[in-house]
Amino acid sequence: MTHTVLVTGVSRHIGARVASVLAADPGISRVIGVDTVPPPTLTRDGGVSLGRTEFVRVDLRSSDIAEVIEAADIDTVVHMSLVSAPSRSGGRTAMKEHNVIGTMQLLGACQRSAGVRRVVVRSTTAVYGSSPRDPAVFTEDLEPNVGGPVHGYAKDAAEVEGYVRGFARRRPDVTVSLLRFANFMGPGVDSPLTRYFTQPVQPTVFGFDPRLQFVHEDDAVEVLRRMATEDHPGTYNVAGAGVLLLSQCVRRAGRAPLPLFSPAFRALGDTVRRLGLVEYSPEQVRLMSYGRVVDTTRLELELGWRPKFSTGAAFDDYLRAHGLRPVGGAR
Amino acid sequence: MTDVAHEREEGRVIPITTAPSYAEPEPLAKALAFLRRRLTGDYEVDEFGYDPELTDKVVLEMLRPIYRRWFRVEPVELQNVPREGGALVVANHSGTLPVDALMLQVAMHDEVGRALRLLGADLVYQLPVLSHLSRKTGHTLACPEDADRLLRKGELVGVFPEGFKGVGKAFSERYELQRFGRGGFVASAIRAGVPIVPTAIVGAEEIYPKIGDLKVLARALGVPYLPITPFFPLFGPLGLVPLPSKWMIEFGEPIRTDEYDPSAADDPMLVFNLTDHVREAIQQLLNELRLRRGHAFPPFF
Repeated sequence: MTHTVLVTGVSRHIGARVASVLAADPGISRVIGVDTVPPPTLTRDGGVSLGRTEFVRVDLRSSDIAEVIEAADIDTVVHMSLVSAPSRSGGRTAMKEHNVIGTMQLLGACQRSAGVRRVVVRSTTAVYGSSPRDPAVFTEDLEPNVGGPVHGYAKDAAEVEGYVRGFARRRPDVTVSLLRFANFMGPGVDSPLTRYFTQPVQPTVFGFDPRLQFVHEDDAVEVLRRMATEDHPGTYNVAGAGVLLLSQCVRRAGRAPLPLFSPAFRALGDTVRRLGLVEYSPEQVRLMSYGRVVDTTRLELELGWRPKFSTGAAFDDYLRAHGLRPVGGAR
Repeated sequence: MTDVAHEREEGRVIPITTAPSYAEPEPLAKALAFLRRRLTGDYEVDEFGYDPELTDKVVLEMLRPIYRRWFRVEPVELQNVPREGGALVVANHSGTLPVDALMLQVAMHDEVGRALRLLGADLVYQLPVLSHLSRKTGHTLACPEDADRLLRKGELVGVFPEGFKGVGKAFSERYELQRFGRGGFVASAIRAGVPIVPTAIVGAEEIYPKIGDLKVLARALGVPYLPITPFFPLFGPLGLVPLPSKWMIEFGEPIRTDEYDPSAADDPMLVFNLTDHVREAIQQLLNELRLRRGHAFPPFF
């Protein structure tokens, strides 16, 4: 069977890597990458070679995407175009439109298309929220008691998941895989969290030491590749084995923690957000207080494979790439 | 390599500690290695946030003198605690502050050699400092998902079904078991097919005799109760020193749940009956153990 794969969000790091891996697969005849901005060049900005991926500049919020799917006779859609932080120019409204309206347009086009057989959507474990009243480890079918997403990225992701479930109901003949990724970590990842660990001083919430989980970019790409080339319907958590406490991360990075009482932490977050430095949503304040851990048994049973990097190994790989090391230690 | 040669090879392996050249590392070297691991973040915690090294070397180390010298805790019938596999330790809760949970943890760790994973109230996980200390010492939120997960992993889980009703009861009600919630712990034990170990803790009732309750202030602070004892708040922080009562902890005969089908956890009648059975077993242990201990403050009373 020949495959024609559409990858959205190819101008971002993980999206580009997925597109290039799929483009290198001889079983796939065509890879079409779409995004709202052109991919970064190879020489600057840490661009990734896209191989024989054909790039089409499409604004997902418009119905142009339907034409691309129709014209190229797409059978597999890998939807990676979920942005986790508002851009400096667009702000939160543009981010929400991009995430939610973009997904609606894409799924609408898939629903109309006769050729689409498989849809893979990237989501996030942030949909579980973080709260002191929820179980310590989330499995895929757990709904958060309280502290479910009410803001920002997590809320977008929860809404996107709602539309994906609706789509799966209306088109039972299409294989739909929904992947909830833990925070990406690795040499090429640039996210609010990776930027946080490169700061010289790390503000933490006094009296709380959240459990964090990371997934290495290589493992994320591998999971997406398998989902795009094999049938694995369902919702899956994706994270490296084990957990790291925030205090462990800070020590491994050789940085100084700055414990702040939670109102002060929130105020500082608001200030840096207003300055456009970092996105600090109430969601992140909760994550920095209560943490979040997910169970990945379902993914491991389904794929018969487990991530190569544990949470700790993924973080160490990120530290190595950025030249960070603990005080007085070699790593 | 043939099997025989392989066997011979294995036979030659001797533990490094018995080698003639082996010397036990200096305490100072050990302490430095410990500090280095802690400072560089080079240690493991499990998915619940349990940090075995911190628990053993720091937290329990601070509790051990209280366990041995202050309360002179005497565990009895330790053989009733399974040495491996999942099990649910169910105990009475008392003492105004949950000191009994800490002492039970020391007893399990030092006398049985097992980590006790307690299920705590959600209030604990909302408070700064207490929440992360609780996770680091191996405890988690009392909810069916966490209880099931720990039992499935073969952990020794501890629960105080009386909750705040037990720990915050008046001194006049000492050694009277309070209501046992909804029996969720029994359902978890049935689902995992693990034994329930009824446990009686005698001595914790006398550490802070609660003779009154500042209800209005407690409500304003969002805590379940604010106790008045003969020494608190009268003597200020000094009133927080627990009275040195004599403690005993007895572990009863394990109650098996593996003969039930896991689906029996959804049968409310069975769960209620088994909950009552566990409650009666603990009350009986308590009555006998209290007589056996005698005076709370020997040799004075």
